[in-house]
Amino acid sequence: MNSRVIIVNVIRWFILLFVQIFLLKNMGFYDLSTPFIYVLFLLLLPFGIPNILLYLLAFATGLTLDAFYDTMGVHATACVVLAFVRISFISISLNKDAIDDPEPSLSYMGFQWFSLYAFLCVITHHLVLFFLETFRLTEIGYTLMRCGLSCIFTLLLILLVEFIFYKRTSR
Amino acid sequence: MRNLWIFINRYNAFFLFIIFFLVGIYLTVKNNSYQRSVTLNSSNEVVGTAYERLNVFKRYLNLGMVNDSLAAENAKLKTSLLALTTIDSAKDVKVVDTVTNQQYTYLAAKVVKNSITLRNNVITINKGELDGLTRGMAVIAPQRGVVGFILDVSAHLATIQSLLHKDAKISVSLKKNNALGSLVWGDGNFDIKKAFIKEVPNHIKINVGDSVLTSGLGAFPAGILVGRVSKANVATNDNFLSAEVNLYTDFSTLQYVYVVKNKFAEEQKILENPVKAK
Repeated sequence: MNSRVIIVNVIRWFILLFVQIFLLKNMGFYDLSTPFIYVLFLLLLPFGIPNILLYLLAFATGLTLDAFYDTMGVHATACVVLAFVRISFISISLNKDAIDDPEPSLSYMGFQWFSLYAFLCVITHHLVLFFLETFRLTEIGYTLMRCGLSCIFTLLLILLVEFIFYKRTSR
Repeated sequence: MRNLWIFINRYNAFFLFIIFFLVGIYLTVKNNSYQRSVTLNSSNEVVGTAYERLNVFKRYLNLGMVNDSLAAENAKLKTSLLALTTIDSAKDVKVVDTVTNQQYTYLAAKVVKNSITLRNNVITINKGELDGLTRGMAVIAPQRGVVGFILDVSAHLATIQSLLHKDAKISVSLKKNNALGSLVWGDGNFDIKKAFIKEVPNHIKINVGDSVLTSGLGAFPAGILVGRVSKANVATNDNFLSAEVNLYTDFSTLQYVYVVKNKFAEEQKILENPVKAK
């Protein structure tokens, strides 16, 4: 892991959290659909990252979000779940020894793989997030609807960002 | 040990996930008041359900005792049923009042259930709402003495909060000087023939043998004999005098009682509490 990767990820972290906290926090359609674009940072961390570092980064990112959203622990837990899904999905779908791409982004992995990867990670993240926030099963219909609509919104934003920063590779 | 370490290392993603996830949940529940209240509530629910289950078993164990008491009560009720078969022709008895407008009428009622052994005793009589009884009416004994207040009424029956009850408090006065006090029972004395007058002002002199009457301030008409002072100055720790009274009423042999109907009771209530009455 060279210094360039670290700098890119740090900048990405700041930009994504800045956008999330100062722009997207105020957005939302009738409290039903709220995007959480900051998970893109966790999705785009390089393949070679050790698990413990990934969990620590996920937890720290979640806690930062919690500090701004006043929901202590909710985002942190959701991010940890996302990290687990990320590790599981990558180890199932890819051969670990044959990975030669630096990071799981749209430009390297292709639309099909990336969209499935993003979908699974985002939906588990949102499920944990909204159920921890609601913390009861009686409103399950409303919670699931919020979860689904937010998931669509987040995925749209993630794909949009990925297409904007699409790097043409020799794939 | 080495194998265990290898195992943990191999599945480190999962174990790390468990650790971080639990820390996250802990933070969530600890720091958010809503989540905390929900977890506490559900644990309380668990405890509550467990206690409920336990109570069911306890009730089952007590069934024998309950059965015995029900049988005893049945026997008693059957006995009183025999007495009830005679037609009760008691009607409103007019009492001559010196005022032109007669304020009080008496209604005789038969005691169908009585208790004297409990801390709070309740008597049941065979007159109810259809006979014009309402809550709070005074009840007196046939010859002399007070019994208590009507507590609840059904169509044909009514319960009386006997004087032998912790909430019963009757306003009384001494015959010789009209000093007011309140008659209560209990407070370390559970003799059904004795009660206490409390809250008599300090400057009043109470002698053994003084007659005690109802004062007429409560639901009771004035001048009904209550009892006789048997012990004049009972030490209390407040600024009032207390005295022990031998009651005229014999609660253990109570057969008939008179319910006192106060014609002006409703009017007085409305007058004193105009807002509540509406």
